Amino acid sequence: MYPEDLKYTKTHEWIRLEGNRGRVGLTHYAQDQLGDIVFVELPAVGKVVKQGETFGVVESVKAASDCYAPLSGKVVEVNSRLTDEPATINQDCYGQGWMMVLEVSDPSEVGKLMDAARYQEYLKEVGH
Amino acid sequence: MEGLEKLKKTPLFDCHLKAGGKIIDFGGWALPVQYTGILEEHHCVRQRAGLFDVSHMGEVRVEGRGALRYLQHLVANDVSRLSPGQICYAHMLYPNGGTVDDLLVYRLAEQEFFIVINAANTAKDVAWMQKVALDFRDVKVYDLSAATAELALQGPLAASILQRLTSADLSKIRYYWCQRGLKVAGLLCLVSRTGYTGEDGFEIFVEPENAPALWEALLQAGRPEGLRPVGLGARDSLRFEACMPLYGQELDADTSPLEAGLERYVAFDKPDFIGKAGLLERRQAGLKKRLVGFEMVDRGIARSHYRILKGATEVGYVTSGMYSPTLARNLGLGYVPPEMAGVGSEFHVEVRGQGLLARAVPTPFYRRSRR
Repeated sequence: MYPEDLKYTKTHEWIRLEGNRGRVGLTHYAQDQLGDIVFVELPAVGKVVKQGETFGVVESVKAASDCYAPLSGKVVEVNSRLTDEPATINQDCYGQGWMMVLEVSDPSEVGKLMDAARYQEYLKEVGH
Repeated sequence: MEGLEKLKKTPLFDCHLKAGGKIIDFGGWALPVQYTGILEEHHCVRQRAGLFDVSHMGEVRVEGRGALRYLQHLVANDVSRLSPGQICYAHMLYPNGGTVDDLLVYRLAEQEFFIVINAANTAKDVAWMQKVALDFRDVKVYDLSAATAELALQGPLAASILQRLTSADLSKIRYYWCQRGLKVAGLLCLVSRTGYTGEDGFEIFVEPENAPALWEALLQAGRPEGLRPVGLGARDSLRFEACMPLYGQELDADTSPLEAGLERYVAFDKPDFIGKAGLLERRQAGLKKRLVGFEMVDRGIARSHYRILKGATEVGYVTSGMYSPTLARNLGLGYVPPEMAGVGSEFHVEVRGQGLLARAVPTPFYRRSRR
């Protein structure tokens, strides 16, 4: 449920680093807690985001939740499929359900992220 | 699941765990928001049938030779028009017309009534009802909430499922009528043809110790038809599509049934009731707001408490809003000035700092086709 090759945030996003780029999405835990996702708001390509800043919104039947950038960088690609098929995040959160690709501006920030083992410990600490 | 220990549990709590319910804190009650998923459960009720635990709702018995006279004063609708076995939707109002609660009044006998109130309002309502009763002779008000479990069986297949568990002819129980002393799966129940989903269906009141057996019997009887347990998430999305008000959102202490478009439940021809003068005053002065149903034209979902704007001016607020699973559109209910409440009227809903275009549409959003 928590792939080894990803880095995780305390706000339940993941990032898969490939060179100076990183693909970003929501974790299994996040999509499970949200339930059926019915709406996704993605950033504009070219938008510059800082680590921890809101980059998008997902909404379930019940509520809206912000998504936070795992690292600082520029948005170079977004998954426009989610606009029409938001439930893709529920079905395949680490694959087809990715949200955006960032061009990472400060690789040293990776130190603030968790690996899969640490993230799972974190989930236990916060009581899940 | 942490912190749930201190919550109130309905007699069906263990059934919910067994069925895989995702338990949340719902106004102090540990209840399932969903079992498998809100969308799936929602569609199941629209297409087949769903079973809900609504044991958190409050129930009050009113009886005595003064019961009718008391209730005619207590609620805005005309209870005297009910025959024994008949039910009406009604409101308890403050003197200024604001709403104490919305409720169902069951007339069980000439001077015996059963009243179903909102869970979150139970303590407030019972105190209000008892206070009002002090001015009346020969009326007794009993809070039965703790001694009553309630299940709702809703959906187009509800009647055929329930019929399998009772020898009574359910086709004789018409919409907004009830029958007590009915045996369902051998258990003594009060059964009414009512609900909060916009579908045909029943609400079944039973003693708490019999609730788990009734729950299991219903689920089993409905299995061939695809009956599923349904959580509070779909309960809200179903009532929202049917535009049935939710206290705390469409109705509150400042809002009367008039603003909410519920005039047909107010019997102005009664000599008097608490709140009548307040309602007449509001009407005389002109209503300040009016409930409107709207569709989001721009991409976005309106949510409760979002601001409604005309130009840059705040003119109202959203009471309920969500993605409608049946209609696959983003819809909302909200209060706007009366002149902006007509179908086709356009305004903006402020979503995360941005004004998104919305257009007023007819309500209810969803109406079942009657066979």
